[in-house]
Parts: sequence; structure tokens; C-alpha cells
Amino acid sequence: MRKYYSLKDIKNDIREGIIDCAQLVDHYLKNIKDKAYLNAFLEVYEDEARQQALLVDEKLRTGKAGKLAGMVIGIKDVLCYKDHSLQCSSRILNNFKSQFTATAVQRLIDEDVIIIGRINCDEFAMGSSNENSAFGPVKNEIDPERVPGGSSGGSAVAVQAGLCLAALGTDTGGSVRQPAAFCGIIGLKPTYSRISRYGLTAYASSFDTIGILTTDVYDNALLLELMAGKDEYDSSVSRNPVPEYSNKLEFKDKAKIAYIKETLEDPRIDKGIKEKIKNVLDFLKSEGHNVEAIEYPHLDFVLPTYYILTTAEASSNLSRYDGVRYGYRSPNTMDLQSMYKKSRSEGFGEEVQRRILLGTFILSASYYDAYYTKAQKVRRIIRDKTLEILEKYDFIALPTTPTTAFKIGEVKKPLDMYFEDLLTVQASVAGIPAVSIPVGRDKKNLPIGFQLMGGYFEEANLLAFSKYILENYN
Amino acid sequence: MKVDKETLKKIAHLSRLDLDEGKEKEMLQSLSEILTWVEKLNELNTDNIDPLTNMSMEVNALREDKIGEHLDRERGLSNAPDRDATFFKVPKVKD
Repeated sequence: MRKYYSLKDIKNDIREGIIDCAQLVDHYLKNIKDKAYLNAFLEVYEDEARQQALLVDEKLRTGKAGKLAGMVIGIKDVLCYKDHSLQCSSRILNNFKSQFTATAVQRLIDEDVIIIGRINCDEFAMGSSNENSAFGPVKNEIDPERVPGGSSGGSAVAVQAGLCLAALGTDTGGSVRQPAAFCGIIGLKPTYSRISRYGLTAYASSFDTIGILTTDVYDNALLLELMAGKDEYDSSVSRNPVPEYSNKLEFKDKAKIAYIKETLEDPRIDKGIKEKIKNVLDFLKSEGHNVEAIEYPHLDFVLPTYYILTTAEASSNLSRYDGVRYGYRSPNTMDLQSMYKKSRSEGFGEEVQRRILLGTFILSASYYDAYYTKAQKVRRIIRDKTLEILEKYDFIALPTTPTTAFKIGEVKKPLDMYFEDLLTVQASVAGIPAVSIPVGRDKKNLPIGFQLMGGYFEEANLLAFSKYILENYN
Repeated sequence: MKVDKETLKKIAHLSRLDLDEGKEKEMLQSLSEILTWVEKLNELNTDNIDPLTNMSMEVNALREDKIGEHLDRERGLSNAPDRDATFFKVPKVKD
């Protein structure tokens, strides 16, 4: 069976009688086995996926199939799926089974998606290389000595390597866009609150979004429109009407695009990346779009703001893992307090512990104002300045990452790893949507991501313009 | 800001974490580095700026108060590391 890059091609071949869902699932299951060395999946729902495929094939025959009939997806191991294991790539959730299904996941199931398995990621979505998983690093198919990015590294590799058609990830500071860039696929982080977070394991609640990884813009738009929208189980989710994104993918106007001058001059960003982004911008200019350089002097404040606020929220969110009601409980406990401490120390990995400690420090009485309140104030400045730009321009364009995929074990110091998020955190701090699309390779033949940010709830425009670039550039 | 051993012990206790002696030094160093780095924010004047505390644009999502599905006891207890028929079990709390 050939490799499929879009649901349209799959649907077409199903209609023509060339394939059916059962064959499709077998094909992905074989790929998952053949490419087990990539370590993308933590669990494969082999029997269930086969069963579901037969059901969908039957529905297709009787004309009752949902919009996602023929789509096989994987879900990041931070999303609840009832009666299935959920571990957040952490030992602390050993033996945990979800007691309900995340709203976003349920809405895809309702449209006859086939879920093929649970995907590896950085522990509790904390990381930028997928090296922080308790179940070992995920490898980039382009060069298995290199990382796929993180934290949704497994989701990106599953799509990149043809282990499923699309995957759900989560993006708190770039965790969908950065791995999409490293793996040469499309990654969308929607507006904060666009998709219900019910059933998404909390890391930093004022940043967390469910994101979508695909090789096709239409598929991305379709998944977004099916997952987005009001949900009585998440009181923060937006009740704004959900546009039919998949029907709004023609970009006919001339766009007004701002690019942040600093990001194309910063010596910390790879030369090859800067050249490629300039090249895309030159192409857009030559096509008559309005491309202008702007200054954004706040760039260097975004990353510290992000790390102060997310670690604070994480320390609070992760206090629920106490070994009492679920998950890992250390056998080496004497009393209640040692049970808490031993279970948490033996259950959480090093980076998660570092962020809990940082967040606890930041929220402690003596430092709360100096760090936490300060960062919340800076967050307002960053958001307002970003929105100011987006009042004048349709999009802000910038590289997705400062480097292309690096080698496993290459980035050692935590601060150097945090630096990988330099260009993705602005959208997260501001709560706006952003997308990373593949625009070519560097000299080492590694994929480069082009990032576009848009105004609140401007996903339709972002996706349409992404499609335009992908179809016309090169 | 440089974190000292005493402070680290205190926040580890507040976080309910036990730190290995062996890992303490490295953790001290990385925490100090990160906290020094985030102090960059002090270069920015934030007088008269309100902290941004809510990212959702929704206010008061109200719904009717009606009985719906609930998690039954057996399901609620099913993930417990230790339990009896009705309760989660933990080590003795009071002497």
C-alpha cells in the first residue's frame, strides 16, 4: 500500500475500491512494527483498531459513516481515553486507566476516527526534545540519531513516518509547532480556549492547548473544526461559534505580514534557518503581499515570562500526584509524609522535579511578587504589544525554531534546552493561534519550519495562508 | 538569585520531594542559573501595569444545575494503589 498524506486521497481510494479501512489499519500496524525503533508509540491498540476498522467499513457500505471515516490517528499520552492506560510518559501514573474520555477525543470518535494507539512524549509535556520520557527518547525518522523535538515528539514522528495519518499533540510553549518543524510536517496550536481542555492532563493551565499534527492542511482544518467549541465540562473554553475551517482554505487576498527583525538578525539562530525564512518572505513579496519588518524589543522577555508562569502553574497542577488515589505509590514508605515524598521522588523524572521546585520557589511567600506577579505583568505587556502588531498586520512571520533537529544527548543544560522554545513561546504567552509549516531543508538536509501567528480565533486565515504557501512556494 | 542548600531543602519539603544527596548539587546549580536568568524581567518597567491573570475570554459559564452522570464508587476506587471496599487506604496518619 502506498503512503498516504491526506484524508482526501484515502477517501478517494476507498471510494474506488482500491483499499478499505481494515487494510489501512493493517498497513499502519505493519509500519508501527517495522519502525518500532523510533519509539513513537507507548501502546498500540491493535485489536481495537482492527475492530473499529470493520465497523467503519460497514458504515461506509451503508452510507452512515462520519466525516473522519478512513482517518487513523494516534493520541499523545496526556489525553484521556476511557478505560485505556494514561501515563503522561511518567512512572508516577503507573497502572492508571482513564475514567472518562477527553472531549476533543470523543468528538473525533463520534465522527468515526480510528485510534491506533497512545503516543510517547516528554514527561507531562515538559521538554523540547522528547528525551524526558520515562520510556526512552523518540527518534527522528530523517536521522534516528537526532531528536524529533518535543514535547509532542512522538506525535510528530508518527505522522512523519506514516504510522498513522494524523496525531493529536498538546502545545503549551511550542510542543506541537517545534516537533512539526523538526520532522517536516504541519503543526497547529489553536487560540487558547478554542478546544476544550477536559481530559487533557494539566501542565500549565493558562497556556495548555490541544494541537494538531498532519501532512495536509485540509486534514488539520477538519480536525480543528470537529474538536473546537463549547463544552459543558470546561468552563474556560470559548463559546465563539466554530467556523467550517476546512471550507475556508482558499486565500485570495494580498496578506499583510510583519516579520520581527530581531529574529532574522539574532546570531543565536541558525544561519540556514534565517536564510530560508528570508527566502520565503522574498517570495511572498514578489507575489505582491505586503511584507514589512517590525521591531519587537520584548523578544528576550518572553521566554523568562513563560518559564516563571508555567513552572508556577505546574507545581500547583502536579501536586495532585500524591500516591493516594491513583498512580505510583512507593513501597518504601513509613508514614503519610514519607509516602508523599517517596512516591513523588521515585515517580517523577528529573526535569519534572526541577520545574516543580522552581514553581514552588516562585510561588513561595517571600518571592511571589518578585517573580510570579512580575511575570503576570510582563505577560500583559507582551500580549498587548503582540495584539497591537496584529491590528495592523494579518500575520506575524518568524522561524519556528532557532536550530534544526539536534542530536540525542547534544543539549545538556536545562537552560540551553529552554532556549529551543525562544520563538514559539510568544504565541503561547499571548494566547494567540500559530502554525508551523515545512518550507525546506538546511545544509544537513534537516527540515525547517516557517511559523505564522495570527490574531485571536483567526485559525481559518492562518490555515488558508499556510495552504497557499505550501502550494506556491518552491 | 543564587539558591542555597537551606532554601532548596525548604522548597523540596513544600513540594513533597526527597532530593538525593547526589542530585542536590546539580539541582542547586540549575535552579540558581534559571532564577538568575529570569531576573531579566526586572529590566522592564511594570509600574501601573495590572497582572494578566485570566487568558480565557469567557466569563461566568453558567448551566442548569441538574443531575447528570457521576463517577460511581467502584470506578473511582479502581485506580487506587491501596484500598478496601469503600475507601482509599494510606499509612497511619495519627498515633
